[in-house]
Amino acid sequence: MKKTGAEIFCESLRREGVKTVFGLPGGVVLKIFDVLCQQKDIEFVLTRHEQGAAHMAEGYAKATGKAGVLLVTSGPGMTNIVTGLADAYMDSVPLVAFTGQVSTDLIGNDAFQEADNVGISRPCTKHNVLVKDVNDLAQTIKEAFYIATSGRPGPVLVDIPKDVSIAKTEFKYPDKVSLRGYNPTIGGNKNQINQAAEEIMKAKKPMIYVGGGAVFSDAAAEVRQLAEITQIPVTMTLMGLGSFPGTHPLSLGMLGMHGAYWTNMAMHYCDLLIAVGARFDDRVTGKLSEFCPEARVVHIDIDPTSIKKTFHAHIPIVGDVKTVVGEINAILRSKDGNQAEIKALRAPWLKQIGEWKKAHPLSYKQDDKITKPQYVIEKLYELTKHEAIVATDVGQHQMFAAQYFRGNKPRTWLTSGGLGTMGFGFPAAIGAQFAFPDRLVLCITSEGSFQMNLQELVVAAEHKLPVKIVLLNNGVHGMVRQWQDLFYEGRYSASVLGKLPDFVKLADAYGILGLRAVKPDEVEAVLKEGLKHKGPVLMDIHTDPFENCYPMIPAGGAQHEMMLEDPPELKLARKGGAYKRKADEGEGVLPA
Amino acid sequence: MEHIISVLVENKFGVLARVAGLFSARGYNIESLSVAATLDPTTSMITIVTVGDDRIIEQIMKQLNKVVEVLKVVDLTETRFLDRETALIKVHTKPEHRDEAIRIADIFRAKIVDSSSTTYTVEITGDVDKVEALISLLKPLGIKELIRTGRIAIARETTRTASPRREPALLKN
Repeated sequence: MKKTGAEIFCESLRREGVKTVFGLPGGVVLKIFDVLCQQKDIEFVLTRHEQGAAHMAEGYAKATGKAGVLLVTSGPGMTNIVTGLADAYMDSVPLVAFTGQVSTDLIGNDAFQEADNVGISRPCTKHNVLVKDVNDLAQTIKEAFYIATSGRPGPVLVDIPKDVSIAKTEFKYPDKVSLRGYNPTIGGNKNQINQAAEEIMKAKKPMIYVGGGAVFSDAAAEVRQLAEITQIPVTMTLMGLGSFPGTHPLSLGMLGMHGAYWTNMAMHYCDLLIAVGARFDDRVTGKLSEFCPEARVVHIDIDPTSIKKTFHAHIPIVGDVKTVVGEINAILRSKDGNQAEIKALRAPWLKQIGEWKKAHPLSYKQDDKITKPQYVIEKLYELTKHEAIVATDVGQHQMFAAQYFRGNKPRTWLTSGGLGTMGFGFPAAIGAQFAFPDRLVLCITSEGSFQMNLQELVVAAEHKLPVKIVLLNNGVHGMVRQWQDLFYEGRYSASVLGKLPDFVKLADAYGILGLRAVKPDEVEAVLKEGLKHKGPVLMDIHTDPFENCYPMIPAGGAQHEMMLEDPPELKLARKGGAYKRKADEGEGVLPA
Repeated sequence: MEHIISVLVENKFGVLARVAGLFSARGYNIESLSVAATLDPTTSMITIVTVGDDRIIEQIMKQLNKVVEVLKVVDLTETRFLDRETALIKVHTKPEHRDEAIRIADIFRAKIVDSSSTTYTVEITGDVDKVEALISLLKPLGIKELIRTGRIAIARETTRTASPRREPALLKN
């Protein structure tokens, strides 16, 4: 029997095991929506903005490892998901985005709600296709899911014109995909793997540097084995957090611009760097010419373009990190070097790192008048016993969360790393909660980021998703304000959010619980009450607008030259000295 | 250093845009570009001449390989290869220059493919040196219009005794 394109679409999604689709309808996708509402296998989540749908799909994908699926209309529907696509492309998130397109005979005519979907999304997708013939639809969908989830994952866009969704053809879903131009390398080169194992045995001051690739490839167990067999400390990128337990004695937490002092020092002085699914991003390396100057570099990545893109590698290994690290572990285990010997070899190095840690631990001074953001994260971490899935937005709160919320499991840390998309966190938390309705999902956000996608509050309310929003409200774009204080003589150009909504009333308007903590001694009670509540909660926690995030490697600075606290001239300014600031005049920094 | 990269791609719409977009998005140079279908009508060959140091060329090769519709990428400059370019040169010919123009074309074994009372159109095929040598000799006569195809290149068969890569322009056809 012949099926319409719309029926083929739904049936193909069902065959791919898709349970949830995020999006918003529109003229050219009406046929698809008409079929979608007549079936029960796939739940459609109506978002209030397409960008929200894209980040929800990302949150869903990051938490589950499966492709996140979205369906939006042509023109503005598609252009609104571009930020989500670009974010997913940077952070290697498997997404399949279906966009509607005007009928094939209208393409190119500047028809109503027409946009060049494939052209616009080309630089921010792993692959994209305009389906011009209904006979190609099933095959294209199969390929889209395969490409999105295999190799280095990424977003794939499938553009479906209106007439293709209406046209009929025989439906046959392909069993497998074979693409002559696409065949990711899984197993690494044996020689290189052997060499890497040898270097690992020899090294006196090695470091394991783990990125998001370890999360996507489910390599947490392998990374842990590697670290434990060889007693090598592990640092993680922002994207890699959770791939190694944050509470493990060998964990050095996050590295880079806001990484801990001891972590960046250990990187600078290491003699062997084992990069696992990481891409030497500028926020990690700082000044490249002074990055890990003494290190031999083993770089394992499934994407060959990540290797030697910004930094050299002595032993490049292209392959799936789970497979490759597993093979390295097997070789290491077969070598005779006993555990005690390895421990002795590494002891001085671990001791040195311990000393760095003692010299400059992560620290902040809690105040009795105004809450420090770090305190909130620490409390939250204590109260949730690192069992939560944490989604963050972008900025200071994100860095504080990365420093103080030491997650232990992969796929429990959902954040926008590469693109740094404010507005990502809340919809991502919703997406994760759809995937895991029974787990605790936290959204750590700030008043700046949250306002970028707060329209999705209604989705949380409607579906009774118990997302716990912890909003660190300091009344400023904190990271921008920090840079202005440090590098622009404290001129707060457009970083002070003058007028803010009353977030408790806002929550109330959406029919969800809103709580507020203005003083430090109210924080714990609010967090406890919020976490205990069954439904969604918005916790508006007022924090210090002048708290800066340290350590900090200034942009372009060398990794071992960190700023550890406010420079003296800034401290002076804080006391009302050098320059006057808008915020000092009490102008709208904190909501009344 | 200059590199000539052959990129075999699926003969589908949008592929050229993806390849060209990759160059512009990452700030790589395209000195010249030529595209046409191959013997197999489902594939096309893109020949790109680009300039960059080893690190950039390595990235270009890898980035090209990453594109789903790209089937094969070869840096011809790493092997022995032949490259050719065709140019059509419309040259002004005052009566006293008409013989000179023919002589120059003859020396380069170029063809005069069109003629008017005031111009000749000269067709030349050869490697870049040859094309440029001809252009520089015709320039004093006054070039009205110049169109070049961009270069195409093919690897030499390894079994043949190949001629040196760069011959003097005049000796070569």
